[in-house]
Amino acid sequence: MGKTFSEKILGAKAGKQVKAGEIVFVSPDYILSHDNSAAIIKEFRKLELKKVKNPQKIVIVLDHVVPASTEKYALNHKIIREFVQEQNIPYFFDVQNGICHQVFSENGFAMPGKLILGADSHTTSYGAFGAFSAGIGRSEAASVWATDEIWLRVPQTIRIEIEGTLSPMVYAKDVILKIIGEEGADRANYRSVEFAGQTVRDFTLASRLVLTNMAAEMGAKNGYVFPDEKTLSWLEETAKDKFEMVTSDSDADYAEVLKVDVTSLEPQAACPHTVDNVRKVSELEGVHFHQAVIGTCTNGRLEDLKAAAQILKGRKVHPALRVLIIPASRKEYLLALKEGVLEVFVDSGCLILNPGCGPCLGAHQGVLAPGEIALSTANRNFRGRMGSPDSEIYLASPATVAASALEGQITDPRRFI
Amino acid sequence: MKAGKVWKYGDDVNTDVIFPGKYTYSVLEPEKMARHALEDLDPDFAREVEPGNFIVAGKNFGCGSSREQAATCLKFAGIKAVIAKSFARIFFRNAINQGLPVIQCAEAVDNIKHGDEIAVHYSAGKIETKKGNFDFAPLPESILNVLEAGGLIPYIKNKIKNQKEPRKSAE
Repeated sequence: MGKTFSEKILGAKAGKQVKAGEIVFVSPDYILSHDNSAAIIKEFRKLELKKVKNPQKIVIVLDHVVPASTEKYALNHKIIREFVQEQNIPYFFDVQNGICHQVFSENGFAMPGKLILGADSHTTSYGAFGAFSAGIGRSEAASVWATDEIWLRVPQTIRIEIEGTLSPMVYAKDVILKIIGEEGADRANYRSVEFAGQTVRDFTLASRLVLTNMAAEMGAKNGYVFPDEKTLSWLEETAKDKFEMVTSDSDADYAEVLKVDVTSLEPQAACPHTVDNVRKVSELEGVHFHQAVIGTCTNGRLEDLKAAAQILKGRKVHPALRVLIIPASRKEYLLALKEGVLEVFVDSGCLILNPGCGPCLGAHQGVLAPGEIALSTANRNFRGRMGSPDSEIYLASPATVAASALEGQITDPRRFI
Repeated sequence: MKAGKVWKYGDDVNTDVIFPGKYTYSVLEPEKMARHALEDLDPDFAREVEPGNFIVAGKNFGCGSSREQAATCLKFAGIKAVIAKSFARIFFRNAINQGLPVIQCAEAVDNIKHGDEIAVHYSAGKIETKKGNFDFAPLPESILNVLEAGGLIPYIKNKIKNQKEPRKSAE
């Protein structure tokens, strides 16, 4: 029996043949953290070490509350900047760069065959480039800074084969919401999820990122897409290091293989307060909301902004709404600017915010009051996440959010074909 | 083994209701984190919880964010252990790393009610309840060592101290 991608990578890192279920001690290629680096630094200091073991592996991106909205956040950022200087950490991205997962990807750290750890649950994202990437907590991040080692259990793998051509106005976001709705929020707990099939091969890297980013919402340890010529061409200019293509064997020992046909898939939305509470957008039409959010590490890239802009172009958003646009990074912001996409948003009455996490985790830039409802392209809709515990969040694709923003109520984007 | 009162919750208790995101960068001391524990799920919890109490919950406890405060706030609220049908993986790691015991035992969960008094024997892998005793697979020794040290940071600190020749980079 052949090996899965996860068995191969973790085996290579551990220097032996491994099978799912085994525990390995491994050294990661990169370890990512964001504003929580201040908390990691606090843990690291408790170890009474002067230096981190390998500063070249540490990547820090400030994105959660940028620029700082209060003195406390400002102090956090300051502590991080000083630590970066003190430890000679070369890969530091300050507040102007964007969301960590986008910045990490576009700077070429996400490469096939790399082992990446991140103190953020959506670290699963980098599987879109063929990396093994998993989220960890801050004590673990501090301990990896100190020791350059972590224990991981080699996960079993669920392979999801996605076939069929998507209908107009149906996107990767609808595919992954449909899968999470069917399979449940803990379906892939402790496991690796491999996204395969012609639909995934046809996806851009941006769309693949939507799948691997949201694999976290199925409980997955990591998400993965086979790297291909698209991956290589992306990395040609950006790759930070040499890398090797690592893929599952054709006779790999999968725990399960699921088949999904997306041919007749309709736009989907996750309803409050869990990501697996998924319904067709056509069944939710007429639900009123107060704030629309287009952005986040899930759907804040140029292709997402364009999908929204093609619907908003020449039209005005509903006057009762706040419509927030948050490009995922400065680079994506610039691309959207050059293509005239941002002009469409401004013209239609949207508010463009600086790249970053925005209100997604309820810390600033558009938090919700009691009784308010948001429709967002984000990845998580837990109670109180975007502000008041008495607010609600629906999750959908950029096209669905844009169409709904025009009408002031949840609207099927296929009405705008 | 001293018995403790149970706070019982359902499936998919997520990190946002355990420790809301709005506090993640503003409430930094563990004792203050405890005051917000489970705030968006059960506002009574932080007010009434007592040292030695247990949380008993359904499947996928701790799903969502990687924020370690979700484990820290429960530990400093005095929770002795969380018993659930299953745990989200990052929360499971975070709990161990914060020195908060986590026990997977679906059968016990089904037989424990809110307000019950229970006792847990870790090394024996046994939970005592009004409806009888339930067994769980004891945690592996490597994980028990981290728990006994009070979490990963004190564990690593001890390990570094015990190394006869400290690494060059650590000097």
